[in-house]
Amino acid sequence: MSDIQPHQQQHIKLAEESLQKQSTTLNLGPTHPATHGVFQNIMEIDGEIVLETVPTIGYIHRAFEKIAERRPYYQITTLTDRLNYCSSPINNMGWHMTVEKLLGIKTPKRVDYLRVIVMELARIADHLVCNSVIAVDTGALTGFTYVFQWRELIYEIYEEVCGSRLTTNMGRVGGFERNFSTVAFQKIHKFLDTFPKVMKEFEGLLDRNRIFMERCIGAGPISAERALNYSFTGPNLRATGVDYDVRVAEPYSSYEDFDFKIPVGTAGDVYDRYLVRNGEIWESYSIVKQALEKIEQMDKEFPEGKEVFYAKEADHFHLPAKEDVYTKMEALIYHFKIIMGEINAPAGEVYHAVEGGNGELGYYLISDGGRTPYRLHFRRPCFIYYQAYPEMVKNGLLSDAVIALSSLNVIAGELDA
Amino acid sequence: MTKEIVKERLIGQFGEQLTEWSEPFALLTFRAPAELNLKVMQFLFDDEGLAFRFLTDLTAVHYPDRKGEELCVVYHLHSLTNNIRLRLKVYVPIEKPDVFTAEKLFSGANWMERETYDFYGVNFVGHPNLTRILNVDEMDYFPMRKEYELEDPTRIDKDDEMFGR
Repeated sequence: MSDIQPHQQQHIKLAEESLQKQSTTLNLGPTHPATHGVFQNIMEIDGEIVLETVPTIGYIHRAFEKIAERRPYYQITTLTDRLNYCSSPINNMGWHMTVEKLLGIKTPKRVDYLRVIVMELARIADHLVCNSVIAVDTGALTGFTYVFQWRELIYEIYEEVCGSRLTTNMGRVGGFERNFSTVAFQKIHKFLDTFPKVMKEFEGLLDRNRIFMERCIGAGPISAERALNYSFTGPNLRATGVDYDVRVAEPYSSYEDFDFKIPVGTAGDVYDRYLVRNGEIWESYSIVKQALEKIEQMDKEFPEGKEVFYAKEADHFHLPAKEDVYTKMEALIYHFKIIMGEINAPAGEVYHAVEGGNGELGYYLISDGGRTPYRLHFRRPCFIYYQAYPEMVKNGLLSDAVIALSSLNVIAGELDA
Repeated sequence: MTKEIVKERLIGQFGEQLTEWSEPFALLTFRAPAELNLKVMQFLFDDEGLAFRFLTDLTAVHYPDRKGEELCVVYHLHSLTNNIRLRLKVYVPIEKPDVFTAEKLFSGANWMERETYDFYGVNFVGHPNLTRILNVDEMDYFPMRKEYELEDPTRIDKDDEMFGR
């Protein structure tokens, strides 16, 4: 028997440490059903306990900052769409406001309120995706199917306002490309009338659901101190108990005119993040309602103001109406000039932040007086807080790591720019 | 606490070393020598009254025409208790772009510095893991520097004489 040769493969020499190792290396991602988006986490696990996580990012890096250095200001809007694609109108408006700050344009109140309406609708859509997907990851698919129909209604509103749904390219520097149609207002009313019922149903399904609570409470926690040190912003920071919100700290787009609360949590775990987002959905709902009331009252008091949908000073950034382009010489010239991007912006250095779906979305813009930015940097909240993920899931269960990832609402587009 | 007091306190501590004070769009901006970046941030962090304990953003800018100080590292700090923002700039030569890391002070600076290194090649001295983050590891240049044109400059099929680009 001794002359039988061992099989060839048995001669493979494994590294000594891999033979000694008592833990398993698990490749979670880049394309994995439990990670919504292209993320890779190389995890060292002992049974079901996560010992160490090394995230690899950059799979969908598209060099937006470099591309932006060659694009005229109004063309950069389409790049911002693709950052956090769950709430692109917020990104669009944030960019327009940054350029307006540089140009010194003050937008009329009506434009501000219209912007607030779309931004808050976008926040609702963003949070609906995040919260319903946490439920899916814990095994409850039903809530997801309830609320996605109302997300669809929000997308129909976008479609009515700007013509597209996901990557919206909504608005222009100084306001909107066209006025909101009667149908758009009808659709907003329809949404406002029907949404509370479904939202209450969704909350009733999960908020006090024993299984859901057991899964979420204590999963992926972070303390307020660590969260601040990691530069957390948005719902993830508020879930730890810090009430920082850009809409209140530095109001833009007339947010100071609205009455709303900032929901905060205490433990900073998955359950708190879920509750904070649900609370924000209700606040956003109330803001949309208030903004709509303000606009309707304004339109009643000053019927001539009904046609105001962009700032007059931003005329040189605003495409003339199509029928004028075809019939009037001057409108044609302006159309051509804007499309070719022949408008210079003054030199200057601006940082402008808006409260995006995931936190403080900042635009750091340096202009040297040319037609394109000299440098444009996006402060992307996802990119900044995702680095805390290994610390949050350490010594927790693998299944907790999965719901922690979905509750952070990491969006690959915003993460990788 | 106002911007004026912050400025006074900083000048009281560091004197003439902080220069180029300005307030573009109401955001207090100043320049510090590259070797002082960490000391300035530590002072702003530790001081109970100032309490600049939130690093909003960290990035770099390339100015090819500023000889000897081509790369500018920009920190945006935020004092959440006073709600004051502040912008700190340090300039370093492109041949030796060494800046002390702020990673010990702000854990969030870890990836922001890796990103800045990835795109501009700023060497953050003391960083625990200064490797590329968004680009591929094999890349041997720093793509956001101004010498790299976005479009291939040797292209001849596009005549841009009319619009100057």
